[in-house]
Amino acid sequence: MPVFKDLFRSKSRYATVKPSQGDGDQPRPQPARPKEVPDGLWVKCPGCQNILYQRELARNLQVCARCGHHFHVGAVERLSQLLDSLDTFEEWDTDLRTVNPLGFPGYEEKLARMQAQTGLSEAVVTGEGKLDKYPVAVGVLDFSFFSGSMGSVVGEKLTRLFERALERRIPVVVVSGGGGGARMQEGILSLMQMAKTSQAVERFGASRQPYISVLTNPTMGGVYASFASLGDYILAEPGALIGFAGPRIVERTIRQSLPSGFQTSEFALKNGMVDMIVERKDLRPTLARILRLHRA
Amino acid sequence: MVNGVFEWERPLIELENRIKELQAFTKEKGIDFSEELATLERKADRLRAEIFSNLTPWQRVQLARHPRRPTTLDYINMICTDFVELSGDRCVRDDEAMVGGLALLDGMPVTIIGPQKGRDTKENIRRNFGLPHPEGYRKALRLMQQAEKFGRPIVSLIDVVGAYPGIEAEQRGQGVAIAENIRRMSFLRVPIVCVITGEGGSGGALAIGVGDRVLMMENAWYSVISPEMCAEILWKDTGRAPDAAAVLKIGAQDLLELGVIDEVIPEPLGGAHRDREQAAQRLKEAVVRHLRELLPLSGDELIHRRLEKYRRMGRLAQETEERLQAVSESPRD
Repeated sequence: MPVFKDLFRSKSRYATVKPSQGDGDQPRPQPARPKEVPDGLWVKCPGCQNILYQRELARNLQVCARCGHHFHVGAVERLSQLLDSLDTFEEWDTDLRTVNPLGFPGYEEKLARMQAQTGLSEAVVTGEGKLDKYPVAVGVLDFSFFSGSMGSVVGEKLTRLFERALERRIPVVVVSGGGGGARMQEGILSLMQMAKTSQAVERFGASRQPYISVLTNPTMGGVYASFASLGDYILAEPGALIGFAGPRIVERTIRQSLPSGFQTSEFALKNGMVDMIVERKDLRPTLARILRLHRA
Repeated sequence: MVNGVFEWERPLIELENRIKELQAFTKEKGIDFSEELATLERKADRLRAEIFSNLTPWQRVQLARHPRRPTTLDYINMICTDFVELSGDRCVRDDEAMVGGLALLDGMPVTIIGPQKGRDTKENIRRNFGLPHPEGYRKALRLMQQAEKFGRPIVSLIDVVGAYPGIEAEQRGQGVAIAENIRRMSFLRVPIVCVITGEGGSGGALAIGVGDRVLMMENAWYSVISPEMCAEILWKDTGRAPDAAAVLKIGAQDLLELGVIDEVIPEPLGGAHRDREQAAQRLKEAVVRHLRELLPLSGDELIHRRLEKYRRMGRLAQETEERLQAVSESPRD
């Protein structure tokens, strides 16, 4: 099985992607960012409008030091933040490839573009690594790839993640950031991945090992309404958009403006949908503590 | 559409109305028009075949939304006896966009559930246009778990545009409710037969749509996204929904080929609303047949097969060293 390092084909560009308050709609192509500043050096914080130095932002786990805005984190960087070291990570199922089962117009082209942009083959990276010196099966959805939406390959990789974790009796951590929900381009087959992954989560329960679901911005639609909601523990990063229907759809349906903070992590916590909100710097220690309690 | 008639079926409807008038006239005045009637009938038959045997995906979507198409309660009343409707999720309220209860189906006690659309504005308001809140899905789950407790098979009739996108619905966890339903339904120890009778709108349909058998009426649609929303995303134009309906492959035959459903239930020519009783009888025949096949299976066996069925869903390829090898995950048994 290829080691994770093989994936570093091109440097991920997550931090320069403008974090849209995506609404769970299907993805649309990201417009090229105007180059006001040397590309990849500086980035404007959507939280406080300050210009931040990219390197410093990365050192601060992609969180704005001034206002605490949590930027998107790509799958690779997320793994390096959560695991003891990327060297402990063995990636799984790198050979699965997306096809165009419906012959959906433009799907192959868009996939190729996403792959070139991100250096990823699909929207999720799965595998086994060490967290706090103990093995854990971990899956990370990458928002920069097709808005982290779930088609057949994402569903299959997550299902296998839970299956292998069950065989090995190790805990599962899935970091969701899937604003795209179920991927439109694979139609009904994407919807069926919701059933497949939810069933895999439940079967994994036989291991008596915990499944910790981490919700990041944004976790919507079919991703939220399946495996992401089914964690034994559900953690959310601050200020993430979390919900089923996209806010624009809700707004259009009820024909009134939405209350402020609607469908944020804080909204989800208040309404009893998540266990806790965890700042990014505390995420790894929090995961470690929960896992430690399970070993005790 | 004007008065329940689509532009593309208007010539036929007008002809059918003329036949009816002529028949009434014959009865009233006692004049024999049988020859003229026979000619008109032949013409109507030709027209019917012409119009209805080559429906486009969008025309089928329109039929699935026809205001006179049988609703869940219509079907329940036509295929079951002794229906006892049950209410409430025992937590928030009774969501009348979701109905369910006990009934006898061909002599078998079953739990039967489904979203309920209204017939007129007043009923649509009461039913929230057939768009369930989380409590509707939790009510359905409660009834399904009750069915499991008493060893009754479950019939889920699905006709829903989607789960309601509203503030309270989000507050009370629409996504969580759908996920829980999917998970719980997957492990119920009794037979489950689902039928998409009209509209199968995404997660709102799947939340009551995980079954041992999933059937679909001929003109129903079932999709990850509505044609209108897909058209808006692709072309920023909901007017192109007919194109989106074709692209998304949302018809019964498409889903059969994709391995997502098990059988297409033929509708009366021109749609279920043109002969509701016949549509109901065909639905009943199919549901009963599948239930009888499933009834001898143990709970373990049912769950095992159900999980196998969903485990295979999806299409992908596996890259070998030399080439891309398609391993389409067996669409059919």
